[in-house]
Amino acid sequence: MSTIFSEFSLKNLRFRRAEKMSALAKNEARWGLLFLSPWIIGFLLWTFLPMLASLVFSFTNYDLLHPDETRLIGLDNYVQFFNDPLVRTSSLVSLRFALIALPVGIAQPIVMAALLNSRHLLGKRFFVTLFYMPYIVPLVSAVYIWQGMMNTRLGWLNLALGAVGIEGPDWLNSTTWIYPALIIIGLWGVGDMLLYHLAAMQGIPTELYEAARVDGAGWLASFRHITLPMITPVIFYNLVLSFIGIFQYFIIPFVLTGGTGRPGDTTKFYAMQLYKEAFGYRHMGYAATMAWMLFVAVMLVTVVLFSTAKYWVYYAGGEER
Amino acid sequence: MAAKSKPARTTHSSVVARRMRSFMATASFTLFVLMILTAYLSPFGYMVVTGFKHKDVIAEPTAPLWPAVESTFTYEGKKYEIFLVPTEDGEVHKWAMFKKGREESLFLDPENLEAGPIQWTGRWRTLKRDWHFSINWGNFTRAWRELRMPLLLRNTVAIAGLGAIGTVLSCIAVAYGFSRFRIPGKTAIFTILVGTIILPSFVTLVPTYTLFYRIGWVGTWLPLIVPHFFANAYNVFLLRQFFMTIPRELDEAAMIDGAGPLRTLISVILPQSIPVVIAVGVGHFLWAWNDYFTPLIYLLSERDLQPIAIGIQSYNSLYGTEPHLIQASSMLGLLLPVIVFFVAQRFFLRGIVFTGVEK
Repeated sequence: MSTIFSEFSLKNLRFRRAEKMSALAKNEARWGLLFLSPWIIGFLLWTFLPMLASLVFSFTNYDLLHPDETRLIGLDNYVQFFNDPLVRTSSLVSLRFALIALPVGIAQPIVMAALLNSRHLLGKRFFVTLFYMPYIVPLVSAVYIWQGMMNTRLGWLNLALGAVGIEGPDWLNSTTWIYPALIIIGLWGVGDMLLYHLAAMQGIPTELYEAARVDGAGWLASFRHITLPMITPVIFYNLVLSFIGIFQYFIIPFVLTGGTGRPGDTTKFYAMQLYKEAFGYRHMGYAATMAWMLFVAVMLVTVVLFSTAKYWVYYAGGEER
Repeated sequence: MAAKSKPARTTHSSVVARRMRSFMATASFTLFVLMILTAYLSPFGYMVVTGFKHKDVIAEPTAPLWPAVESTFTYEGKKYEIFLVPTEDGEVHKWAMFKKGREESLFLDPENLEAGPIQWTGRWRTLKRDWHFSINWGNFTRAWRELRMPLLLRNTVAIAGLGAIGTVLSCIAVAYGFSRFRIPGKTAIFTILVGTIILPSFVTLVPTYTLFYRIGWVGTWLPLIVPHFFANAYNVFLLRQFFMTIPRELDEAAMIDGAGPLRTLISVILPQSIPVVIAVGVGHFLWAWNDYFTPLIYLLSERDLQPIAIGIQSYNSLYGTEPHLIQASSMLGLLLPVIVFFVAQRFFLRGIVFTGVEK
């Protein structure tokens, strides 16, 4: 049967011509639509119409504080967008961060799931539960806990480094160390992805490993040639969601810095800038423009990723449903 | 005979050797993962320990890691500081400082007061203080009071609970529709549903906020609750996957007995789906408890309606230099979700793994 990862493709977006339906089939379809209606109405109300409205907003100077002066201003917002130094800074900040955060975000669940999937591990359930647990900790609490952990003098991180003779950096106030610090804080967010990876690894037929062992493959070769290819649907899913997550990366830097963007401008992420335009200055027209450009960027990346999928993502067992 | 038993014995000993090796591998690997886990969870240790510390020892470099205070000794109504004093016989005594001197000091031995002041030669500044374990509950009572925890708890439980009800009801209905009915275009609708997972929420944020602003919902709980009555992709998927494993014969039997679609859902499908329904409800509850962004934009100025995440953040921005209060408040914020998680983890982990498992 299907998983959320194998559904994660465009193969089903085709429309067949409606066939003539019997009265019974019509009745069934009517009931079915009735049950689907909460989502359909919700999709129109909270997704489709807002997206359209967002597009319309982006051609206006709509300002929540001065709603009476709203008028169409054509492409002005888009012209401003491409000349806005704050947009440029924040986009670069997000991209630079993505360069470090993405590889970690992809590798971490793979490595952790591989550890937890090992036949040499006793008490799997205990470990899975506890490695998952930080995921349910409120982000606000998690940020404050890590902020304390990373205190230069009294935080346990630098105390531990000091114990092995390394002088720990000033994690949160150094432009060099702030991204590693943010990524360390993010390590607690692996939760669901860890479980998805683990489940995918557990779903790999053991015969594959036995056959590889007979052929003389070692642990690393099995991992490289069996485990990794077999879990590519999950890796792909994680990759797409991580990209989107990084474009919208907001809460951790916001709570950590109070939205100041310090140290330097290193934490002026795109989403932070968008938040400031919308809820600080109330420039809804311009914020909508930023949101739509974000959407376009995300869509572009997604299309590129999906078009590469056929070269490296392996859906075992075909697509039967 | 002897020729026969010899190879048998080597086989036996090689089995033992292999078992031994495998045991060693298991033991050392498990220990290795345990060490990683300890490091991974060590921030909780930091939080607990710091949250229980007394304010004046937080920044004291000589203080131990655990919550402790410097020991003192009260004698004739006066407090004397206790030091760890080494003497020539190699012992270290816990003596109270009676009179400080540059090169020589007088100490009292609290266990042997009759001995009177003991003269000790050496620089007292080189001596270490004696610390004893002492928990400061005051951080928690203070954070509890100043955060207005009862109010925050009421708000959070109401928002998370009502949202969970909405999520459970709407997602059950939609998942039932997807799993049991032939509807034209169902596959395409389902793909759009799954596609919404990758839709950046920022795109819909501005108009949605504007709508809520215009109809006067900003500054109320409604924007945090009402949208959850319209189902969401993750939970619909989870429930649909589960419903599809329930044999259709059961529905058909109910239908033959005259049950309509709603009756079938309530009396056939739901009773078999309790664990996954609990997983969805608890999952939403924890999600809403931890949600920061939505209350940030809708409830920032409504101090009496805010949930715990916002409460902790505004509290901590006041106490940036008092780590013991910050850690105490962090702990108050995560206590309930962690308890709920451990109580419900049986449903919860299985429910999530379910989405990913090939069946």
